Amino acid sequence: MSEGRRVPRAVGAPVRKKDAEALVTGKPVYTEDIAPRDCLCVKLLRSPHAHAMITSIDVSRARALPGVACVLTWEDVPDRRFTLAGQTYPEFSPYDRLILDRHLRCVGDPVAIIAAQTERQAKAAMRLIRVTYEILPAVLDPEQAMDNGTILHPEEDWRALVPDCGADNRRNLVAHGMEADGDVEAELAKSDIVIDRVYTTRANQQCMMETFRAFTQMDNYGRLKVVTSTQIPFHVRRIVATALDIPKSRVRVVKPRIGGGFGAKQTAVCEIYPAIVTLKTGLPAMLVYTREEAMTISSPRHAMIMHVRLGAMKDGTIRAIDLHTLSNSGAYGEHGPTTVGLSGHKSIPLYTHRMKAFRFAWDVVYTNTMSAGAYRGYGATQGLYAVESAVNELAHALHMDPIALRERSMVREGEVMPAYYGETATSCAMDRCLARARQMIGWDEKYPAYTLPNGHVRGLGMALAMQGSGIAGVDTGAVSIRLGDEGVYNMAIGATDMGTGCDTILAQIAAQSLECPVENITVHGVDTDISPYDSGSYASSTTYITGMAVVKTCAQLREKIIRVGAKLLGCAPEDVLFEGDHVRRAEGEGSVTLAEIAHAGMTAGVEDLSACVAHGSKTSPPPFMAGCVEVDLDPMTGEVKVADYVGVVDCGTVINPNLARIQIEGGLMQGIGMALMENPQMDARGRTVTNSLMQYRIPSRMDARQVRVAFEPSYEPSGPYGAKSIGECVINTPAPAITDAVYNACGVRIRDLPVTAEKLLLHPDFCPAQRRPGERED
Amino acid sequence: MNIGFTLNGQRVQVDAAADDSLYAVLRALNMTSVKCGCETTNCGLCTVHLDGKAVLSCAVPAPRAAGRSVVTLEGLQEEAHALGGCLADEGAEQCGFCAPGLMMNVLALAKENPRATDEEIDAYLAGNLCRCSGYMSQRRAIRRYLDAVAAGMAGEVRT
Repeated sequence: MSEGRRVPRAVGAPVRKKDAEALVTGKPVYTEDIAPRDCLCVKLLRSPHAHAMITSIDVSRARALPGVACVLTWEDVPDRRFTLAGQTYPEFSPYDRLILDRHLRCVGDPVAIIAAQTERQAKAAMRLIRVTYEILPAVLDPEQAMDNGTILHPEEDWRALVPDCGADNRRNLVAHGMEADGDVEAELAKSDIVIDRVYTTRANQQCMMETFRAFTQMDNYGRLKVVTSTQIPFHVRRIVATALDIPKSRVRVVKPRIGGGFGAKQTAVCEIYPAIVTLKTGLPAMLVYTREEAMTISSPRHAMIMHVRLGAMKDGTIRAIDLHTLSNSGAYGEHGPTTVGLSGHKSIPLYTHRMKAFRFAWDVVYTNTMSAGAYRGYGATQGLYAVESAVNELAHALHMDPIALRERSMVREGEVMPAYYGETATSCAMDRCLARARQMIGWDEKYPAYTLPNGHVRGLGMALAMQGSGIAGVDTGAVSIRLGDEGVYNMAIGATDMGTGCDTILAQIAAQSLECPVENITVHGVDTDISPYDSGSYASSTTYITGMAVVKTCAQLREKIIRVGAKLLGCAPEDVLFEGDHVRRAEGEGSVTLAEIAHAGMTAGVEDLSACVAHGSKTSPPPFMAGCVEVDLDPMTGEVKVADYVGVVDCGTVINPNLARIQIEGGLMQGIGMALMENPQMDARGRTVTNSLMQYRIPSRMDARQVRVAFEPSYEPSGPYGAKSIGECVINTPAPAITDAVYNACGVRIRDLPVTAEKLLLHPDFCPAQRRPGERED
Repeated sequence: MNIGFTLNGQRVQVDAAADDSLYAVLRALNMTSVKCGCETTNCGLCTVHLDGKAVLSCAVPAPRAAGRSVVTLEGLQEEAHALGGCLADEGAEQCGFCAPGLMMNVLALAKENPRATDEEIDAYLAGNLCRCSGYMSQRRAIRRYLDAVAAGMAGEVRT
């Protein structure tokens, strides 16, 4: 390297998002903004019953209405089952759906598809459809689902593509299994104390501001083009083709800007409906989910009931964890077999350090409720709520500080984690995260609770969390980069930026690898006809998996640039150096600019100056974090607010501190919503009554006065420039931390989320603490 | 019915049904910055200025706009660049879907109370939901923008 040469630092720089300008000036960049004006409006008539069979359906009057292009019923769709879950082959979610089915399995299941020139016409046509239903007994309680006399999926063509996940439609089972290391019963028997508790979580809604939506049209080549707000363009292509029973080569999927996903759009919730309309009519069609549809018939978090048994010694050493998770998959199996795994795999390994044995067993059941799906955290959020709460309860039982207890037993860098597929914690700064969080919140001065002059009680609580970085041995991301005119690069990615900023983050990684400014990397994504394959943006994979594909692609492209540069300089490739904007002889005079090399690459077939490399990882290195919270409890009303939340994260190298920080701020806020306010409710007939943002309250900016974040980076050798993931890990600490802070403030232990004022105030244990800061109960 | 109003400084005439909302009319006029996030007046995404006042366009019947002045983010591009630059410098726009509605409300705040405290900012914008939930970064960005406005330097914020 030449003296004094400055390599621009792209990795670690807080650069603006590449799409920022378009987003903050209100440009038409989202699905609905760019749809053709003549799109048919698609509406779905939905089941009012939780479980029913259509005995007759008369659409003749609806079809005759002016402006109506088509009305489709179960008789009009392919008789071929599929799943809407966006997952890589082999798909774990059972093939248990039709586009329209006679057999309706939850309130909101589609009964008919209506397409008309205007929304008014479509709604008028919907009112003219006459349906008679045979109402069947409904299974609404997940604890009653397994081996219930009522079977949700009795159909002969129900199919589990991965049979060893324990799926059995005759038993209402989506998945079932167990894994263990050591003799958990023997270790529990040897423990001084066993915490034995049950925790439950609800079917929280992602509530991304842009609901599900897609438009479809036939392109110039007679192929079906699907433009959709999705996290999984390549999976949507497969799902739509399978559902419509047409070749995948006839489907093209384009992802514009997305108004949030959080996992909801890892399921192809809406695309098949406009797609079949376009296929049947040849006309462009668009479906925009109403907020009510998005709240009642979409893809929320799997509600889970988790039974934890935690064995420990008097000194706080955790020696065994036994976890059973019952997960409610709802009417269909989307993401059912996979989310449940994370409830154990991302919680038990936190206590690897001195653990002698663990057991993790699970059942995932069908019920007549809306199908669940992926939501940030993907099962880990639920599992960590249970396990971390049990650890907090253990600390109370032993009269120990929960931080001191964790310091005894938490996982350390270099340790093999038997409960995490036997992977080694190759990078782990959990100890530093915990120490920093403790200091930032003022733990030692304030824990466990203190009273303010106005009578409000402040309670402290904390929790640890981990997640993965991509799915080991499964996820794949490819990137193609081309050197173009003037020495500027075009990068095509199949990963989907959903507001997270991955277009920018991947460009930063490319700029670092190619030693150029971030502005010199233009990013294009995603069009399944053009973009290199990527399994999609989920499972915290993009920075870690696709980011590494960028590193590999750049390395290959550099070799090509060096080769052409050397040729132009009339010497051997090993005698030249690549220095970002030029290639020069290592010894002596002679240099050629990147622009000259680019132009040579466009002349007389010298060399194709592009590269495309795929990457996958055999491991999924966890990001780690510690969260500490100070809640403010009003003793008169039982209302709880977050006064201060501190999150300290080890996500490996931080590629873009602004975008990483806001991932933490946002993830914590969503976790706070889950802990304190988001309370999905169903009536006795299985109808979701929290069907709007009025009934289902998500955090506003009034709900947490202060959220503070910090990084304690480790260096992950298998990640791009040492990076791991961040997007999901950050939602996991609030539920266990806040419930313990509430316990410290008022003596009530909430084991079924969310914490509400009613639950606290009506609880016999409710006794707001009267303490000075740092004064302990014993 | 036929409704005439001023949209971003231009006279427009539209045919609208009596139960059309101002939101629906604005979308039909290609004002794509105006978004809908909830249909129940909870989210703030459809915020526009009606005679200089921030309103939820989904809750304004279109005929109410007759003879009045409606301004959307399309009509405030200079302010959008200045405020948007502050948001972008924090990464606070995130998915961007709620940004236009939030920004319309911030611009109304900047006129009413450019010296707003952080508490006043949060209270004023309480009806602007953001599920990416970057409220802390947004607060920092808005603070910086308002400080520039108060100092008469909003134009300088753009970088």
